[in-house]
Amino acid sequence: MIDARGLSCPLPVIKTKQAIEKEHPDALEVLVDNATAKENVSRFAAHAGYRVTVKELEDEEYSLRLEKL
Amino acid sequence: MEKKESFLKKHWLVMLCGLLIGAAAVVLTAFGNPANMGFCIACFLRDIAGSLKLHQASIVQYFRPEIVGIVVGAMLMALIGKEFKPKAGSSPIIRFTLGAAVMVGALVFLGCPLRMVIRIGGGDLNAIIGLVGFALGILIGVFFLKKNFSLGRAYKQGKVEGLAFPVMLTAGFVLSLIGVTFFAASAEGPGSKHAPILLALGVGLVVGALLQKSRLCMVGGIRDAVMFKEFGLLAGFGCILAAVLGGNLLRALIEGVPVSTYIRFGFEGQPVAHTEWLWNLLGMTVVGWGCALLGGCPLRQLVLAGEGNTDSAITVLGMIAGAAAAHTLKTASSADGTGVNGPIATIVCLVVILVISVTHLKKEN
Repeated sequence: MIDARGLSCPLPVIKTKQAIEKEHPDALEVLVDNATAKENVSRFAAHAGYRVTVKELEDEEYSLRLEKL
Repeated sequence: MEKKESFLKKHWLVMLCGLLIGAAAVVLTAFGNPANMGFCIACFLRDIAGSLKLHQASIVQYFRPEIVGIVVGAMLMALIGKEFKPKAGSSPIIRFTLGAAVMVGALVFLGCPLRMVIRIGGGDLNAIIGLVGFALGILIGVFFLKKNFSLGRAYKQGKVEGLAFPVMLTAGFVLSLIGVTFFAASAEGPGSKHAPILLALGVGLVVGALLQKSRLCMVGGIRDAVMFKEFGLLAGFGCILAAVLGGNLLRALIEGVPVSTYIRFGFEGQPVAHTEWLWNLLGMTVVGWGCALLGGCPLRQLVLAGEGNTDSAITVLGMIAGAAAAHTLKTASSADGTGVNGPIATIVCLVVILVISVTHLKKEN
């Protein structure tokens, strides 16, 4: 799981990218706390061949579930 | 073809936004803003610094309504879209410093990344050299980002913290309107050239709202293309250029003047620009590098400040302070060339950003 809450653009995407490149996980959870990061991580994950499911947590935070296609 | 369609489908908003921003720049110039300036964020924050008498350069003093419009427009759109989320706490003083350095670099080149594109759209080839420096700066920034550069995380704040900056700007704007004598306004020079106040404010509001929705950012375009092979933001960047070129062409046709009135390819005699290529290049390297670390160009910082991100508000204040310093310490360029202390200030800024870069590399977890 990656906790990218509070991090500004483009760090959430960088962290996701590094995790994917290093570990090639089948599934990965990314926590973000703003809409821009949610969109950017989702777009990148789709590019990298992952299906993204967004769950809105309380307090304006999002949990992104990435699953390898 | 299918891929092309989905690219348009995915990125239409950012591209439309780019076109509108380019068009807005041409319209504002046609209605009185300085040539090839549109609504340059660096120039306009510098003018605001001047109107507050933070520097004494009498030709660049004016409380620019566009800046107020962009921040408030972004704030309103964020409030409507439930994206107004005050937060702060990610190395505020470092961000202030980076903001100031970015401004010093921008005033050596004479323009923020947005004006760089607007200048290219007017045929100013010095701005192409600026673009090379800008891209170089972003690449250096990306290098450190890949090495885990981070200014640390921000934390949620109360509504008042997020609203303070837009309210402060609005109050300043209102005071400048009712003619409070504290505010200066240029009688000649670039600061005296401006579109009608309501038009400037209106365009700012629309642009701010659109930018909040589209996330368009001048630094993000090159950064995302290099780091993630994502070309959406870069397409927005291209659309601004296309709109400025097209807009200038259209303007010449409408006014029945030669196209060369508004688009003249060359280095010499470009509006509010100089030809010292090395400093044009390095000035924009400072901007690209600093903004890559900040996570967005000056325009994007205004929008984020409107969304309640007070780290970005601090960055904008740093840019205003940087503008004041640039004119007080004679580091800002003019059409005649770099200021006496421009070159040394550029080197100092590069060193400062390097120090910030290497001291903020986080260990991998």
